[in-house]
Amino acid sequence: MTKVDYIGVFSEFKGEEGDLIPILQRIQGKLGFISTEAIRHTSRFLKISENQIFGVASFYSQFRFTEPGRNSIKVCMGTACHVRGGQILCEAVERELDISSGHTTEDKRFDLQRVACLGCCALAPVIQINDDIYSRMTVIRLKEILNKYE
Amino acid sequence: MLKGSKIPIIYLGTASCGRAAGAMAVLESVQKTLKRNRLKGKIVQVGCIGPCYLEPLMDVTLPGRPRISYANVSPEKAKKIIESYLIEGDPQPKLAVGHFGDEDCEFTNGIPRFFDLPMLKPQVRVVLRNCGFIDPEEIDHYLANEGYAGMMNAFRKKPEEVIAEVKEAGLRGRGGAGFPTHKKWEICRSSPGKTKYMICNADEGDPGAFMNRSLIEGDPHSVLEGMLIAAYAIGASQGYIYIRAEYPLAIARLKKAITQMREYGFLGENIQNSGFDFDVTIKEGAGAFVCGEETALIASIEGKRGMPKSRPPFPAVAGLFGKPTIINNVESLGTLPNILRNGASWYKGYGTQGNYGTKAFSLVGKVRRSGLIEVPLGMTLRKIIFDIGGGSRKPFKAVQTGGPSGGCLSEEFLDTPVDYESLSAAGSIMGSGGLIVMDEDTCVVDLARYFLDFTQKESCGKCSPCRVGSRHMVEILDRIIKGDGQADDLSRLQTLGETVKRGSLCGLGQTAPNPVMTTLRYFRPEYLMHVAEKHCPAAVCRELIEYRVIPEKCTGCQRCVSVCPTGAITGPRAEPHNLDPSKCIKCRACYEICRFDAIAGDAIIIRSKRRASDEQAK
Repeated sequence: MTKVDYIGVFSEFKGEEGDLIPILQRIQGKLGFISTEAIRHTSRFLKISENQIFGVASFYSQFRFTEPGRNSIKVCMGTACHVRGGQILCEAVERELDISSGHTTEDKRFDLQRVACLGCCALAPVIQINDDIYSRMTVIRLKEILNKYE
Repeated sequence: MLKGSKIPIIYLGTASCGRAAGAMAVLESVQKTLKRNRLKGKIVQVGCIGPCYLEPLMDVTLPGRPRISYANVSPEKAKKIIESYLIEGDPQPKLAVGHFGDEDCEFTNGIPRFFDLPMLKPQVRVVLRNCGFIDPEEIDHYLANEGYAGMMNAFRKKPEEVIAEVKEAGLRGRGGAGFPTHKKWEICRSSPGKTKYMICNADEGDPGAFMNRSLIEGDPHSVLEGMLIAAYAIGASQGYIYIRAEYPLAIARLKKAITQMREYGFLGENIQNSGFDFDVTIKEGAGAFVCGEETALIASIEGKRGMPKSRPPFPAVAGLFGKPTIINNVESLGTLPNILRNGASWYKGYGTQGNYGTKAFSLVGKVRRSGLIEVPLGMTLRKIIFDIGGGSRKPFKAVQTGGPSGGCLSEEFLDTPVDYESLSAAGSIMGSGGLIVMDEDTCVVDLARYFLDFTQKESCGKCSPCRVGSRHMVEILDRIIKGDGQADDLSRLQTLGETVKRGSLCGLGQTAPNPVMTTLRYFRPEYLMHVAEKHCPAAVCRELIEYRVIPEKCTGCQRCVSVCPTGAITGPRAEPHNLDPSKCIKCRACYEICRFDAIAGDAIIIRSKRRASDEQAK
């Protein structure tokens, strides 16, 4: 598991309440998720309770509390994607990887999330794996695309 | 600076849409082709010029000749065009989609003018004027195109005069509510206190909308210049841009633009000797749709849960950290430089009374020509969908406007002008600009459930009617699409919808029932078919449909057998295959491959059975 240099992260902030969300985003950027240890360190730095931090972090869907997979799959569930078969595409990914969305495969190769809208609506349906975006997706192209990722 | 270039310029659309369509592979091919042939050429990566369905787009300008645009360019096609045009002088006119010259000439070889194309001709690109024409990462390009001239005009006036100009122009908030921009500003300006905040709302959460993303990616300075104008008008010296984290490219472009602004003295103290100080911080959203709402957005910047507050006090009086705050949408801000540069009367030349100016829309869904468009307010839905969008391949069914807060309008509303009041009268709203077109393959009951499921999940939970009411409405819709609808479900939905609307504190709850209410109003027969006859005419609702093989069309190629995850399709080669409905999970894999594969016979159909209504009594 990656070690986070918390002192380094906190040094960029003043320690105000408004720093909480950017700090959590910075930590998740390094660690891949928000660990209990991270919440403890943040609580000490900002001088607010761990409870309150968890309350804020759990409100926002960006933050995860379990370790991600090596590759992150995001299936777009926006309107244009839905109208062009987004739900069916998501189920096909779940079936292919044998996990439901919000979870990670056992071998930690992939984690799967549904996201609200990736903003590429004219080319629906869309999925994103790490930084790669695949547009005009079909169920039959899935296997070949997933095989590209270790 | 690009106009007088002595070497060829190659423009590539590498905003998020372009990238999703494969633009980066085209970029690589262009770079390799230039290098391999030792050709001189400048590559400029630009934003979205509009017709996303034509991405990847590559444009080539040879010195002294008009810019020529090529659509759906693959890496191989790019190589062919570059080699043909730059080495042999043949622009491959058959592969071109349009040219940007003022008129046709000997060099345009029968290629039509880009802006005369049916999708572009009715459009008026004001806010999007630079997208696709400048490199968004070069402040010099922006400056060469009258950039920051609007801001300098504003500085020459008093703040009250700037507000008056915006009032005269009749600009209404482009984020969805359409509230007169100048009014908010006036309240903030006259609120006591020296510390005031200016916030840009770039949280674009409506699924199906990407106008703000495209503007920031393609022309970030237009938004920043607008922020400066607004901040000057209200007297704020500190600003925030609240942008959703799901837009990493837009965030990167903003960061670069801000750095360049500082270098050129457009941010900081005494900007351009105006006596006005201003600086800006970027705050990334963390995935909460409700944070597009003003008070929730403010709470989020303050490091709290994004839960809306009751108003009054309005943010313009007491907002961020309790200080007078103005929140404006990306598109509203992007419009300001144009108003301050060309004047309010120029702006009023577009649009209709009370609805002046232009608006950007994302025209997507089942439409031939999907993409980012900008039209004068007041243009009819029919003109937008059919003239600009080219209509849908299958019969048109409905258009959804306003995202999850909006409504589905049926065919009878096609002649409605797109303006704030007309759309509200029809039961929908303008919203941020998403226009989702649907054909007969879309089930409105399924769509209503989709939207309500979205708003229910995004509800902050504070108000019981919203939190519980929307959940209950989703449960009822779930039963209906599964074929378990009951006789009084529709009236129950109606009552719940009205309760949620009236009992919610913020816009999310107040508008969440809209998709259901409008579809109940305009598509009631479809609901009745689901409830009484267990029939889904669009053949979408899983429990109500079945897949079948048409034996006469089946070529026996076994393509479907190889993709079926449950072994529901079986059959030896060269004989019509068998589909066992008890094993079929309706995943679409066989349907897709039978349609697209060259050997297959397009032999699979999806149908909804109509069951007699007296079966329900059992």
